[in-house]
Amino acid sequence: MRYSALKILTQGLTGNKGWTPAWREPDPKADYDIIIIGGGGHGLATAYYLAREHGLRNIAVLEKGWIGSGNVGRNTTIIRSNYLLEGNQPFYELSLKLWEGLEQDFNYNAMVSQRGILNLIHSDAQRDAYVRRGNAMRLSGADAVILGPEEIRKTCPYLDFENARFPIQGAIWQPRGGTVRHDAVAWGYARGADERGVDIIQNCEVTGFQMDGGTCVGVETSRGPIRAKKVAMCVAGSSSRVAEQAGMRLPIESHVLQAFVSEGLKPTLPGVITFGAGHFYVSQSDKGGLVFGGDIDGYNTYAQRGNLPVVEDVCEGGMAIMPMIGRARLLRMWGGVMDMSMDGSPFIDQTHIDGLYFNGGWCYGGFKATPASGFCYAHLLATGNPHPVATAYKLDRFRTGAMIDEKGAGNSPNLH
Amino acid sequence: MIINHPLLGPRDAAEFTVLGDASLLHRPDGMTATMDDMHDYAYLRDNPAGLHRELWYHEQGDRSWLVVTRNTLTHDVENVELARDVARTEGRSK
Repeated sequence: MRYSALKILTQGLTGNKGWTPAWREPDPKADYDIIIIGGGGHGLATAYYLAREHGLRNIAVLEKGWIGSGNVGRNTTIIRSNYLLEGNQPFYELSLKLWEGLEQDFNYNAMVSQRGILNLIHSDAQRDAYVRRGNAMRLSGADAVILGPEEIRKTCPYLDFENARFPIQGAIWQPRGGTVRHDAVAWGYARGADERGVDIIQNCEVTGFQMDGGTCVGVETSRGPIRAKKVAMCVAGSSSRVAEQAGMRLPIESHVLQAFVSEGLKPTLPGVITFGAGHFYVSQSDKGGLVFGGDIDGYNTYAQRGNLPVVEDVCEGGMAIMPMIGRARLLRMWGGVMDMSMDGSPFIDQTHIDGLYFNGGWCYGGFKATPASGFCYAHLLATGNPHPVATAYKLDRFRTGAMIDEKGAGNSPNLH
Repeated sequence: MIINHPLLGPRDAAEFTVLGDASLLHRPDGMTATMDDMHDYAYLRDNPAGLHRELWYHEQGDRSWLVVTRNTLTHDVENVELARDVARTEGRSK
């Protein structure tokens, strides 16, 4: 069913009796061409682009719980393409371009809102670094503007410009950045994939891999064995647990990132604002709540909750740039489990096992990457070659020395 | 989380920084190790869901290194030892 304003009108006039479920609930078949493990944003996007771009139909997405129950519904919904390094920036710019056309593409309202992202500058050295980053962004075709404090005052007069320790000296602004309604991304991709014949199978946990002479030929699941020509892992947050079933050790640790929402306020934030001297980012949802977050907790965990020291640290970051936030009450907080990789960058690659593919290591930047991750993973699965903007995301890059370390923190996953 | 420091008693986890998997105590000998050994040591992790032995550094305290055995599903701290004792028991830092 194609959604449109006319559809809403005619359904409204006929008692809304004609709406149908957005996707089917099929039983798994005995075999598929491609099995995607993980019905999160990336897995569903992969299935969608396999069907749409490559004409493949015989695909299953296996999800342990319900689709969108993981990190696609637990993030702070920010989209941007403001990376520095060559291996990253063209990939994230492709993602932002896909976000811009996404709703028309899959005929679903994902509330893509390009309100801009403002990364504040607090020192001369930081301005130099951000100017360099802005140039790298523009070279990749993205947009970046360096602003002075007077220009920022026009839209955000409430920021603490004269803060004694972290005065605001300017910002790098990406007008095309913004936020997206995250659950709708999962639902839109699921509906689009299902429409094109993809089987989305929920409550189906993968418990093992079927191997035949060193080739992966299928999976064992809680709903029985399923064979496939290609098996694609896409379970960031749980990558090590799933890969372990194939005997793989990964350059990944699992960490928790917390997110927070304040009580609803009148419209006050024009877009996304980030603190440059600490780690704090904030936007305002359409319901009015301030949605914000900061650092990961720093210890390995699979629990979807964090601890209070990080809550304090994040709130201090908020107070440092935006003292008025101290008058708002914290309404909700939660945690999501991240694949933290050894250089802070993700993987989209074949594994050393024939027929087994890997997508993961998204650290806490996976949401904005959802469309490009699906697009490039689909390209790899369909053609056997990495997409031109995702050639750097190799699993063996630590062996070859081709790391993509945006932060320059080395092999310490909890510092990226 | 509360870390039961073997010398100082219960301490708030916020006083510590975490390095990661306690297998990092077992660095291969750089003069004899193969490239694969060094790669696996530096970059690959077991990352288990459940009990995990990890190195914690008491940065805001007595600056001792500890081996903390902690459940990554519940955050329960099961055991805390001085990393020095663990390393000696396991044949390191003789």
